[in-house]
Amino acid sequence: MSARKAHIVGVGESAYARWGRIGDVTEHALACQSILRAVEDAGLSMDDVDGLASFAEDRNEAVFLAAELGLPRLRFGNMVWTPGGGGGCAAVSNAAMAVETGQAEVVVVYRSLCQGQFFRFGTGGIDASAPVDPAPPTVSQTDSMMISSVGTVMPYGLLMAAAAYALPTRRHMHLYGTTNEQLGSIAVTFREHASRNPRAVMGDRPMTIDDYLASPMIADPHRLFDCCLESDGACAVVVTTAERARDLAKRPVEILASEQGAPKGYAFGHFTNANIPDDLYATGGTEEMANRLWAKAGVGPADVDVAQIYDHFSGCVLLQLEDFGFCKRGEGGPFIESGALAWKGGSLPTNTHGGSLSEAYIHGLNHVVEGVRSLRDESTSPVDGAEVCLVTSAACVPSSALVLGRK
Amino acid sequence: MSERYFPNGMPAPMANTTMLPWWQAAAEHRLVVQQCGACGHTRFPPAPICPECRSDDAAWKDLPGGGEVFTYTIVHRPIAAEQELPYLIAVIALDDSGGLRMISNLVAVAPQDVTIGMRVEVVWEDMSDDLAIPRFRPAPN
Ligand SMILES: [Zn+2]
Repeated sequence: MSARKAHIVGVGESAYARWGRIGDVTEHALACQSILRAVEDAGLSMDDVDGLASFAEDRNEAVFLAAELGLPRLRFGNMVWTPGGGGGCAAVSNAAMAVETGQAEVVVVYRSLCQGQFFRFGTGGIDASAPVDPAPPTVSQTDSMMISSVGTVMPYGLLMAAAAYALPTRRHMHLYGTTNEQLGSIAVTFREHASRNPRAVMGDRPMTIDDYLASPMIADPHRLFDCCLESDGACAVVVTTAERARDLAKRPVEILASEQGAPKGYAFGHFTNANIPDDLYATGGTEEMANRLWAKAGVGPADVDVAQIYDHFSGCVLLQLEDFGFCKRGEGGPFIESGALAWKGGSLPTNTHGGSLSEAYIHGLNHVVEGVRSLRDESTSPVDGAEVCLVTSAACVPSSALVLGRK
Repeated sequence: MSERYFPNGMPAPMANTTMLPWWQAAAEHRLVVQQCGACGHTRFPPAPICPECRSDDAAWKDLPGGGEVFTYTIVHRPIAAEQELPYLIAVIALDDSGGLRMISNLVAVAPQDVTIGMRVEVVWEDMSDDLAIPRFRPAPN
């Protein structure tokens, strides 16, 4: 192996809390805290860090963080150009690219969210309880492609991700007979995993399938418990070369492969794009990328011991299981029903931290953190002898994924 | 004015100069898509060049307004004040469009009566003198 092959050598996070519960600390300060903890976990010093990478329109610019953290220099400051939660693994991939090509030696990937301090995702900043503007509604002009794209579907009320990603899931149910109970089984399984995780926001809130079926409908077929949490918190992972990784504090985790991207014509994905081709519509849009990933990693779905799959919505987990080849197209429902995702006895223990449905919603960077822990025997739901872990970022938008390997 | 289905507080469109003519056509109750002048490929939303042949020669093609439900969701949370719940967001496969679909709403139908594949037709909701939104209702048999 090349002396510069990228490895993850440290992970860290702040406390995780419900949306709006962290009001006394800035998002920026929380980012700093998670970065300091990840670097300490690696046994490195802040003086070793020369790169910072993030994603999802992060409000915490690397240039300010570098100054606040007292980095001796910032050689690599990177933001993934992929919407929202699709970019988490891509940020790690870009960090890996930087250290492997010598653009930097130690890059920290971070994501911080104090959602209560900003407008709530899914509302567009609109307060549904506010009085209506008496002015006659009209088209407003924008120079932004993104705002124009979202502004094309907003007049139909499409602002909530829960509604947008219900569309491919509903289509999947129509084509293949996928059921609400199968979706619910995903949520219940991840909640059970969270019950052992002291960091999990929903760790002390057990849930049965009856609880799930009694939860309010948000955007059919998505019930409340099909939707990820809204959280405050931050986490970070440290990427460096094999050479540097050798004598650090913890067992390094190798990045066997990373890929990012989207199929032809995908644009922003299901949120604004009704014209995703028929054969891709009821999928997560990540099959082509998954095939690239497996080919590069030299392993396949059968080799995966544990998976951390981006779970903004339960249905998107199901779509990714098919995209990544853990079961055939259309068979995600029965695959889940078999108990495959469970820590105990499952063929593919998934989201051993509880995921975004039950640990916290940190745009999936916490899935990378858990991926590392699951290969270091540090998970609170450990999978004995796990050697290969798949980590994915959000599906139904341009996405990214990692295959991690135990050293 | 047309029949009303959604309150004025619904988010109004935001459009760049490529999208703006589509809303101008909508104000005249014309449902249009772009068609490439070089290869005939249709596209929606509008874009500066054809993704198939990269020609920038394009014209607006008027659609008849029929279609069928490709997928949908029943939404139980309001976006705007005074909004009736639940409401329906759907992807409509548009007739004579070269295989295009658009996101819209289903109106004048009970949520439990909606099925994928059902025939629908456009109904224009005038939100103001210069804003009309295309929504879809079940087509008469
Ligand atoms: Zn063309």
